[in-house]
Amino acid sequence: MRRYFPVVALVLFAFALPPLAAATKTAFLLTQATMSAYYALASLGLCALMGYAGQISLGQAGFFAIGGYASSFISTRNLDLLASTPFVRLLDLAGLLVRGTDSYGAPLLSPSPWVSCLCAVLLAAGVAALIGTPVLRLKGHYLAMATLGFGIVIEKIVRGTKALGGADGISGVPAFTILPGLEVTGGRSARSANFTIAWLVLALGYLFLVNLFGSRSGRALRALHDGAEAADAMGVDTARYKLKVFILGAVYAAVAGILLTHYNGSIGPGEANAMKSVRYVAIVAIGGMDNLGGTLVAGLALNFLSLRGVFGSLDDGVFGAVLVFVILLAPEGRLDLFRGKARRTISGGASRGAQS
Amino acid sequence: MRTGQIAKTAAFCACALLSFSSVSAATAAAPIKIGAIFGVTGPAAYLGAPEEKTARMVVDDINRNGGILGRPVQLVIKDSGANAEKAISFAKQLIEEEGVVAIIGPTTSGESMSIKDLCQKAGMPLISCASAETITSPIAKYVFKVPPKDNYIVEWLYATMNKMKISKIGVIASNTGFGNGGKAQLEKYASKYGITIAISEVYDANATDLSALLTKVNAAGVQAVVNWSIEPAQSIVAKNMRQLKMGQQLFQSHGFANIKYVEAAGEAAEGIIFPCARLIVAGQLPDSNPQKKLLVKYNADYKAMYKEDASTFGGHAYDALNILKAAIESAKSTDADKIVAAIESIRNFSGTGGVFNFSNADHNGLEMDGIVMVTVKNGKFVPYEGN
Amino acid sequence: MRSELFVQYLISGLIYGSIYAAIAIGFNIIYNATGIINFAQGEFAMLGGMIASSLAPSMPLAVAVAVAVALTAAAGIAIERVFLRRVARGGVLKMIVMTIGLSIVIREAALLAWGESIRTLPFFSGNEVSSVSFLGAHFSPQIFWVAGAIALISAGLSLFFKFTLVGKAMRGCAASRDGASLCGIRPDGMVTLAFGMSAGIGAMAGCVVAPLTQTHYAIGSELAIKGFTVAAFGGLGNSVAAVVAGLFMGMLESFSIILIPEAYKDVVTILVLLAVLFLKPSGLFGSRTAGALKEY
Repeated sequence: MRRYFPVVALVLFAFALPPLAAATKTAFLLTQATMSAYYALASLGLCALMGYAGQISLGQAGFFAIGGYASSFISTRNLDLLASTPFVRLLDLAGLLVRGTDSYGAPLLSPSPWVSCLCAVLLAAGVAALIGTPVLRLKGHYLAMATLGFGIVIEKIVRGTKALGGADGISGVPAFTILPGLEVTGGRSARSANFTIAWLVLALGYLFLVNLFGSRSGRALRALHDGAEAADAMGVDTARYKLKVFILGAVYAAVAGILLTHYNGSIGPGEANAMKSVRYVAIVAIGGMDNLGGTLVAGLALNFLSLRGVFGSLDDGVFGAVLVFVILLAPEGRLDLFRGKARRTISGGASRGAQS
Repeated sequence: MRTGQIAKTAAFCACALLSFSSVSAATAAAPIKIGAIFGVTGPAAYLGAPEEKTARMVVDDINRNGGILGRPVQLVIKDSGANAEKAISFAKQLIEEEGVVAIIGPTTSGESMSIKDLCQKAGMPLISCASAETITSPIAKYVFKVPPKDNYIVEWLYATMNKMKISKIGVIASNTGFGNGGKAQLEKYASKYGITIAISEVYDANATDLSALLTKVNAAGVQAVVNWSIEPAQSIVAKNMRQLKMGQQLFQSHGFANIKYVEAAGEAAEGIIFPCARLIVAGQLPDSNPQKKLLVKYNADYKAMYKEDASTFGGHAYDALNILKAAIESAKSTDADKIVAAIESIRNFSGTGGVFNFSNADHNGLEMDGIVMVTVKNGKFVPYEGN
Repeated sequence: MRSELFVQYLISGLIYGSIYAAIAIGFNIIYNATGIINFAQGEFAMLGGMIASSLAPSMPLAVAVAVAVALTAAAGIAIERVFLRRVARGGVLKMIVMTIGLSIVIREAALLAWGESIRTLPFFSGNEVSSVSFLGAHFSPQIFWVAGAIALISAGLSLFFKFTLVGKAMRGCAASRDGASLCGIRPDGMVTLAFGMSAGIGAMAGCVVAPLTQTHYAIGSELAIKGFTVAAFGGLGNSVAAVVAGLFMGMLESFSIILIPEAYKDVVTILVLLAVLFLKPSGLFGSRTAGALKEY
């Protein structure tokens, strides 16, 4: 039951903070709190991969970008000129298109954000499945480098492709209507609602993972982390599990990317940057590698402070320094900052080979 | 439940609550708050760092001379590192929390586009230091920009080539917004000036050696090479060309208007020709030039304060702040609509980028005459006389 | 293709390749001694170039370079003793993440110390426009310095590891820490030495290419990625293979621009890396069994 405490807290905050903020006239803080929630969601996905499946990925930002770019690309396509073609008419009949006007006043007919969201998630999952199989056969730093390479390729692609906005990215991304009257958008009037949406999504994401790792599959995953050979010997299909968690982590990043992009109304190639991937890794490491709660708190806190500009020009430096400091504090065991002490892992001293 | 965990979570909640309650409402009774978003660190640091330094210098100067409307100016600078999501977060912060009267910047076009709508909807005057056409086209009532249009720069370059009887060129650009934007303009206006682009390629912004690419360009039989980038690659291209014994004329973009690149390229910088604002050859302008006085002063003040030469990119921040100051003074108010109306009625305003003439149909205000052709002689910038 | 063009692309490839090989050698030394990949390797090259560029105006170039190399080697040793040694028992994942964190901190510290502008070193011989001709191709004489430095470093390392007692001790540690300590070798001391050497060699590489490529606080990460690609390509731990692999990669990048836009030449490198990692993780010249025996 203790595991669900963060979920309860998140739901409580989701509903309680906006009125509290309004009362103390600090409602502007909700903006950064909303954005942090989405970055924390991506970090949770990485925590599942790194902490529980023991696989390091320096490409999480790549999946975040795939989600965000795919959704923004699709939802900003103007099919107005093709409005009379049968395919477009079919889409319209199915209710998959949305009407509007663009910034020049011309009519705009684009796929609804639900369509683009779904496509983006499928794309991210597909890419993860495709590259996951070969990539996850690698170990340790080879895996780190392969995922880093993946992230760099994604960044080069989005930065170099004119259709994806090149270095300027895609702007004018429409609001994402979840239910009539409830939109994911950056507009000031929707600020409180968006905060609640973001924190509820985060709570949902956390809940899913906490249930997953408490279940039989979850225990199998933990076995993976501590000793892949032993897990194999016990009949656990390690390769399949690793792939599943990899895809799951990618989907978390993609969903975070999609929602944040619709919230911001734009996305730029900077989201796919290697440094962003490193930040996700740093957050998971600071949280304690396999500690979902720790990752949650670290993700929310560090991103919130970063987005408020508290670290100024030394933003990256702070992440790096905190990372170094935290690992120094518990060099031999799992750092359980949020459980109160540093713990040696069971296999820690005995055999280095079992560690990953 | 473990006490340790309860305690930690309670502490977190307390911190969260504290941070919410301890931020007091902005008491902007006396000072005029101006917000600025620059990419001081990160990939646009070559642009953002001089902008930030200039902004501080200008505000210090304004405050020493009594502020604006008798009130001191408080500059709130945010370093976005050229990240669009940070720009968005900071823009919202400046608008909702700091209660600034206007925002200067951002440095890059991508960031500017991502906050354009947001500032427009919030009725916050935005004077961007980025050059993309889409920032002021379509016109948004509250959004302005101060850098000259990219196509002016390109057209000056082509006009010079016509005079030099150069008609076949090779274009290389860095894979950034700046580079790709320039390349697009070069390709767009080539036929108007009778120029043939025999080869047009994009290189990685972090490239450390371009000899292979330049070999390819050389093999295409061009009379001149045009390089469009703001990165150190500008100096590398110059050196590589000389090392490869390529005798073609090298043209650069206005990104070369920084003496550090000349120093880095050493002897290879001699004879490079490029278009840019008059700032870097201020001392050599005729006294009758309306910009000369302020350019010379800007150069001198910047060098005295920061021990390095001023750059034309820093000049964008100079222009943005001074235009804003003029508008507030002429409107005698910090009300957003009045500021915007005041900017739109600015005529004949001398800045570093040229002489500005705004209107409600022109939120950039510059014409082609703000630009000059410059070349390098004995390691210094001199106006290019066409000989 | 005309022959001069071919030679020109070849020489360009040699330039790129030597730079990458220099970084790769640094990776290999540490890998051999500790089994980890030091993500901060690129930062050593950056530090070498930056320190030398700061010192160059006030002393003869050779002295500036020597001091830069020495200081960077000292930094490498300090980093190992203060940070990495304590993490060593925590497993490879922790060490990898630690080196990532360190590379960021070093980079940001460089930004604070030197600012964001580019710096150069004077050319070791000649100047920016000096050009040498060979078979119709032209290039800067600095290439000879780069090639010379790489050759000297590789030859020196080979001799060191094969014939000196300390070198053999380091190889012993790489093969088996426990076995080595049983023989009276202090593994910790070997690791410290490895870091010092690696940092010094990285700094040397950074200095020797700085006149050509210019140096800047952020160049470390690009160099690290390229360097690792080459090291993995040749087979982690094998420095001679690193040189060959480096030259090959350099050629690949150089000749690839005939077909692909220059902007995507990095994608070529990464795709080659990914192909190598998937098909033959032990590298072109590494042996499968040796690769499997090593922990990572």
